[in-house]
Amino acid sequence: MIRVQREDFDPGAELETLSRGNPKIGAVASFIGLVRAESGEALRAMTLEHYPGMTEKELSLIEREAKRRWPLEASLIIHRFGRLQPGERIVLVATASSHREAAFAACQFLVDWLKTKAPFWKSEETAAGERWVEARAEDEEAAGRWKAQ
Amino acid sequence: MRVRYFAWLRARIGRAEEEIPLPPEVGDVAALLDWLVGRGGSYEAALANRGAIRVAVNKEYVGFSHPLAEGDEVALFPPVTGG
Repeated sequence: MIRVQREDFDPGAELETLSRGNPKIGAVASFIGLVRAESGEALRAMTLEHYPGMTEKELSLIEREAKRRWPLEASLIIHRFGRLQPGERIVLVATASSHREAAFAACQFLVDWLKTKAPFWKSEETAAGERWVEARAEDEEAAGRWKAQ
Repeated sequence: MRVRYFAWLRARIGRAEEEIPLPPEVGDVAALLDWLVGRGGSYEAALANRGAIRVAVNKEYVGFSHPLAEGDEVALFPPVTGG
């Protein structure tokens, strides 16, 4: 399931809902991304812009690819947009499977791919002003690891 | 054709989107970029580094050689930084 929203989410409640009522699920893996308070200089706030319509489309494609590669019983991606304060949650990725291997691997895959494919852009506010975050080569490499499979 | 701009491309060009009747000489994405650069000013400056531009047509990633048709929604944006 995909959700793109301005408001915060409750990770505990989301994970509870993800696995409830499915007796085949024996493992749930999750990732939560937060707004770092510091990246060189103190961060005042971060604004996430996205491309409504394409964002949901890309996230659905990524989720479908994860389900093709691993035996998942359920998955969830929640990604926020708008202006966020340091420490706030940005993203939740959760996967549920019968066993841990698929849940762990699919969760990491989803995070790696969404970072390089989902159309979101971060702008940071610091004492020096506003600046757009630049894409990192490390993120491309992390996503590239999954290509051969 | 609707052309949309995101992140620093939107900021540098100074608008989020615009309607552009497909010029006859614009057959693909690369030709659209040439045409926009030909407007000069903020377009020329924002679109100078093509390596930093990603493109979607009708909300799907495409390359610069992707053909364009009247009615397409073309989005130009920098590499994504979500997650």
